[in-house]
Amino acid sequence: MTLRVDDLRVYYRTLAGDVKALDGVTFDLADGEIMGLAGESGCGKSTLGKSLIRLDGRMRYVGGSVTLDGTELPIWDNGQMDEYRFRHVSIVPQYAMSALNPTRKIGRMIDELLHSRGVDMDATLPELERRLELVGLSNDVLTMFPIELSGGMKQRVVMVISTLLDPSLLIADEITSALDVSTQKAVAQTLVQFRDRGFVKSMIVITHDISVLYQVADTILVMYAGKLAEKASAEDIVMAPRHPYTRMLVSSLPEVGVREADHRLSGIAGRPPSLLDPPQGCRFRDRCPLATAKCVEEPPFVEIADGHGAACWHIDQTVGRLDIPLEKIETA
Amino acid sequence: MLSLEHVSKTYRTGSFGGAVLHAVRDVSFDVRPGEVMSLIGESGSGKSTIGRMILRLVAPTAGTITYQGDDVAAMNRHEVKEYYRRVQGVFQDPFSAYNPIFKIDRVFGMLRTEFFPGTSREAWSAKLADALESVSLNPRDVLGKFPHQLSGGQLQRLQIARALLLDIEHLVADEIISMLDASTRIDVLNLLADLKERGLGILFITHDLSLGNYISDTTVILRHGCIVEMGATEKVFGDARHPYTQSLLASVPQLHSKWAKAEPMPATNGHLDDDAAVPALVSVGDDHLVAAH
Repeated sequence: MTLRVDDLRVYYRTLAGDVKALDGVTFDLADGEIMGLAGESGCGKSTLGKSLIRLDGRMRYVGGSVTLDGTELPIWDNGQMDEYRFRHVSIVPQYAMSALNPTRKIGRMIDELLHSRGVDMDATLPELERRLELVGLSNDVLTMFPIELSGGMKQRVVMVISTLLDPSLLIADEITSALDVSTQKAVAQTLVQFRDRGFVKSMIVITHDISVLYQVADTILVMYAGKLAEKASAEDIVMAPRHPYTRMLVSSLPEVGVREADHRLSGIAGRPPSLLDPPQGCRFRDRCPLATAKCVEEPPFVEIADGHGAACWHIDQTVGRLDIPLEKIETA
Repeated sequence: MLSLEHVSKTYRTGSFGGAVLHAVRDVSFDVRPGEVMSLIGESGSGKSTIGRMILRLVAPTAGTITYQGDDVAAMNRHEVKEYYRRVQGVFQDPFSAYNPIFKIDRVFGMLRTEFFPGTSREAWSAKLADALESVSLNPRDVLGKFPHQLSGGQLQRLQIARALLLDIEHLVADEIISMLDASTRIDVLNLLADLKERGLGILFITHDLSLGNYISDTTVILRHGCIVEMGATEKVFGDARHPYTQSLLASVPQLHSKWAKAEPMPATNGHLDDDAAVPALVSVGDDHLVAAH
C-alpha cells in the first residue's frame, strides 16, 4: 500500500473562525492506483491535495495521520516535509502554467532544482531528454524561457519536472481544467502513461470534471463539504453510484448526444453548507430527497461492496434502483 | 434578427503594432429569435471576439453586423441605447461582474435610472419581481444582499435577470456556466432553454461541446477565427464532416464511453498560416455547411 490517510483534519484560519475544509477523511491508495478526487468547489478536494505536500500559511493541521510507504509524513512541519517533497511526494499544481520561474531558462531551472535535492544534473540529463521526448517536446525547450512555450507545453514541462525523481505519489490538481479538449485528452493520457512506465507509483488526480476522471482513474473518491461521500471504482461511480449526492451529480452532467429537447437534465437545488459552522450529521441532508430524521446523526463511511464505500444512512434504498428517480424512492 | 456578414477582426500586436493577429475572419451567420445558437471553439478561436463585436465592445475591422437591418457600428447615441435595450450580454465570471460594495438593489436601480426613468416604484418592483421569477430566484433571497453573500449560480441568474429587465430579444451568453459548479450549471442551462421558449435569440459561446450539444438548435464550430462547420446541431454533432470537428468530438471526455487508444501527443498547437485564404463553406446537406478541406 502506497498511501494511507487516516481521519485527516485540516482547517483554515479565518477572522470569523475555523473553516473545516477537511473534516475527518480516511482512505487508502494502492500501488499503481490512479485515484480521482471529485467534488464541487469548496468541498475540500484541493485542500486534501495540498495537505499531502505542503500546508500553506492559513491552513492548520488539526489531527489525523498520513502514511506513505510505511513512514508517517510530518505534514504539520513544513521544514521536515522538505525531505519528502519532490522525491517521495510531488505535485503538478493547479497553476502549472505559471509555476515556472520566468527569469530562468527551463534547463537552468531544472539544474537548480535537482541541485537543491543533491542530484547531479548531468547524470539525469539523458533520462530528462527521454521523458521530454515522450511528451512530445524536443530538447530545445531546455534552452528556452517559459514565455517561449505555449500553455499546453508549459503544462507538460511541469509534469516532466514534477516526476523526474520518480516519486511514490503524484498529486495532479485540476491540471486539465484550463486546457482545450484536444490538449486535455493528451495531458490526461500522459498521466496514465507516466504511471504505466513507473515514473510515479500512484497518483491522486483532482478535478471537478467527472467525465475526465472516468477516462483516466481506476477509482474515484467523491467529496462533499469536507467529508467523504463515496469511494468506488470509476466504473461504479459512473454506472452504479449509491450515495444520493453522487447519483444526482452524475445525472446532472450533459454529454454529447444528450439534448435538452429530448431529455431535460436537472441539477441539485440548494448549495453546500458553510464550513465555518457545518450542520450536525449528514452534510448533504438539506439538498437530499432521501433525507429523514435519521440524517441528523452523522452517517458512518461503510463498505457496501468490495472497494465500494459510502457515507449515507439510506444506501439500502438506492441499491439497484438507478432507473427510479431519487424522489420516488421511499425511505423508512 | 441579428446578422453577421463577412465580419473580420484584426488586432495589431507586438511592440510597434508590427505583427497582425487575425482573430476573426470572414464570419457570416444569423441568430434568429427563438433559437439558441452555439459558437464552439478552442481558446483563441475568436468566439469571444465575435460576442464582443455584437455587443459593440470592439468594432469589426471589416464586414457588418446588422440588427433588424440596421448597421450596429453606425448607430448614434440614441440608437445605441435602444440597441442595448434589445441586445444584452452575460459574461463568464459572475464573481467579478458586480461592484462588491453595491447591494444588488443598487445594481438594478442603476438600470432604472438609465433606462426607465419614469417608472414608479411599485411598477418597478413588480417588474423586478417578474424578472427574478423568470430566472427562478426568490426576491427575498437576493434583494438587499451584497454580491459576496450570494452563490455563483445566483449571481449568474441575476445577470440574466438584469438583461431581462430590458426588453431584450437577443442575449449573448459568453461561457456563462464554466465558472459554476456541476450541480448548479445545468439549471442555468435549462434557464436558457426557457428563455428560448419565450422567443429570445441566444448566442451561446462555449468551449464545451457537450454543453453546446445539450442546449442549442444550431451550432457553429470555429477554428483560428474561421468557421469550420455550421448547421443544425444534430447534423454537426451527429454527422460531422470536417476532420477538425471529428477530432474535437473524439477528444471530448464522455461519461459512458472511454477514449480510444492513446495517440501521440500533438507537437504544438498549430496556427493557421496567416496569409492562407479563408476556406470557402460548402453545403453538404439541408442547413449544413462545411469548410473546404
